[in-house]
Amino acid sequence: MKKNSAFSRWFYGEKDTLLGKVEMKPQNGHAPRAGEIRELMEERRLIREHIYDVEDNQKLRLFHRLYQAAAVVFCLMLMLIMLVVVSWLPENGDPDNPVNNEVSARYIENGLQETGAVNIVTGMILDYRAFDTFGESNVLFISTVTVLILLHNKKKEKKTSAEGGMRADKSIYEENLILQKIAGILVPIIVIFGIYVILNGHLSPGGGFSGGAIIGAGLILYQNAFGFEKTERFFTEKTYKWVCFVSLTFYCLAKSYSFFTGANHLESGIPLGKAGAILSSGLILPLNICVGLVVACTMYTFFAMFRKGDF
Amino acid sequence: MNLFTYILLGFLVVCAISVTFSKKLLNSVLIFMSYSLVMSIIWMMLESPDLAITEAAVGAGVTSVLFFVTLRKIHAMGEEDVEDEEK
Amino acid sequence: MFGPNLFTNYGEAVSVILFVIGFSNLLMQKNLIKKIIGLNIMDTAVYLFLAEKGYIRDRVAPIVVDGVQEVEAYINPVPSGLVLTGIVVSVSVTAIMLSLTIRLYRRYHTLDLDEISMLLKKEGR
Repeated sequence: MKKNSAFSRWFYGEKDTLLGKVEMKPQNGHAPRAGEIRELMEERRLIREHIYDVEDNQKLRLFHRLYQAAAVVFCLMLMLIMLVVVSWLPENGDPDNPVNNEVSARYIENGLQETGAVNIVTGMILDYRAFDTFGESNVLFISTVTVLILLHNKKKEKKTSAEGGMRADKSIYEENLILQKIAGILVPIIVIFGIYVILNGHLSPGGGFSGGAIIGAGLILYQNAFGFEKTERFFTEKTYKWVCFVSLTFYCLAKSYSFFTGANHLESGIPLGKAGAILSSGLILPLNICVGLVVACTMYTFFAMFRKGDF
Repeated sequence: MNLFTYILLGFLVVCAISVTFSKKLLNSVLIFMSYSLVMSIIWMMLESPDLAITEAAVGAGVTSVLFFVTLRKIHAMGEEDVEDEEK
Repeated sequence: MFGPNLFTNYGEAVSVILFVIGFSNLLMQKNLIKKIIGLNIMDTAVYLFLAEKGYIRDRVAPIVVDGVQEVEAYINPVPSGLVLTGIVVSVSVTAIMLSLTIRLYRRYHTLDLDEISMLLKKEGR
């Protein structure tokens, strides 16, 4: 090894060769200045002139045309290839297709006895593939956390503008008499329908996802009619955290117990009940309720974050 | 039955193309909303009522509401909402 | 070149066409909101393809009626379960993309992707 190379000097500890050459201090954040908006507008006007100045910029125009033509040709080729593939697929609706193999036959033939759910799809996604649904609930939770990080207002901004915003809110929400009267009739019906869909998830079409989305839509309508003051009485950030935490933890523990006993051929002690009754099919009803709570809270939280940047 | 399916599928294609060519963002979001609703009817005809309920609540309901709120935040919905953003 | 089943598989063909339309939206639109709508159209096209694959003629939805449990009575339940999870995930993806769009708009006051990249170049990044 050469004696004087940077590596050997670093290796024998003579001198930190990178000192002073690499930027070591942290960069400053973006600080808005006075008049920045005007500068930005001016800049944007210049940029727009520059972008759409197609007469002076032959190269750019050529590139745009080439890009559009290439995109169209690529899409048409893609469509042609996929249509050819579709034309060679087996006939749609044929019972002998390779899709309809022994897996679905097993689900249909033994699903009612093994899970107790009349609706085979619900029995599949909440019993045989319950951890798949668990991961999906976690996807919803993580996406809510990401939206919270991206759109959360800073605290000091909120305090200065809280009073003005509240007054403006009030004047808006006192005007909307028609919306309030209609919402007063519709919101209870929507929420009850959502609860019905969740509780009957193992008996009829529906389940945690659809029922939760219906309840979330009802909450969004309620907020639109009566404002954030009314919803904050029962739904804040703390409520969201606790509901999601309790639901996901219960889901994980209950299904882990069920899988553990099932894999070891133990008796799980969870009664399947009589098929067709509300209180039947073992763990599916509580898991449906958990998923429904998570989905409803997630939908409302998305809306609240987009609308106000806060709860 | 068969003709109805053809009409619905054709409607889907027309909606998807007109999203591309509509001038206003609000129009394209509305077209996408009707696209989701027709898609839920098609799932009803394909004998998957679970999907139909979920798509009608999620695709046509919540997604469209999120799009509308976003359009309001980026001042694309009309003149009267411009002063709303000044917080 | 084309096989025998192009017109009997019309559902799959329409889903393929929808996929390509959404993809061309992604490629050719400059507006971010329209790009997001294009991605949603691609999502639903894939779901439509899966649901068409699970459909079987003259059979009903997989909900047990009167204790009939023969395979010949019901359609394939597996694609329904897959698509059910997919729909809800697509909502969360849409929400994340829309929130990123709002952040971009607050920073650059535009939704045009070319203008945003020009502004980025001007800032020297």
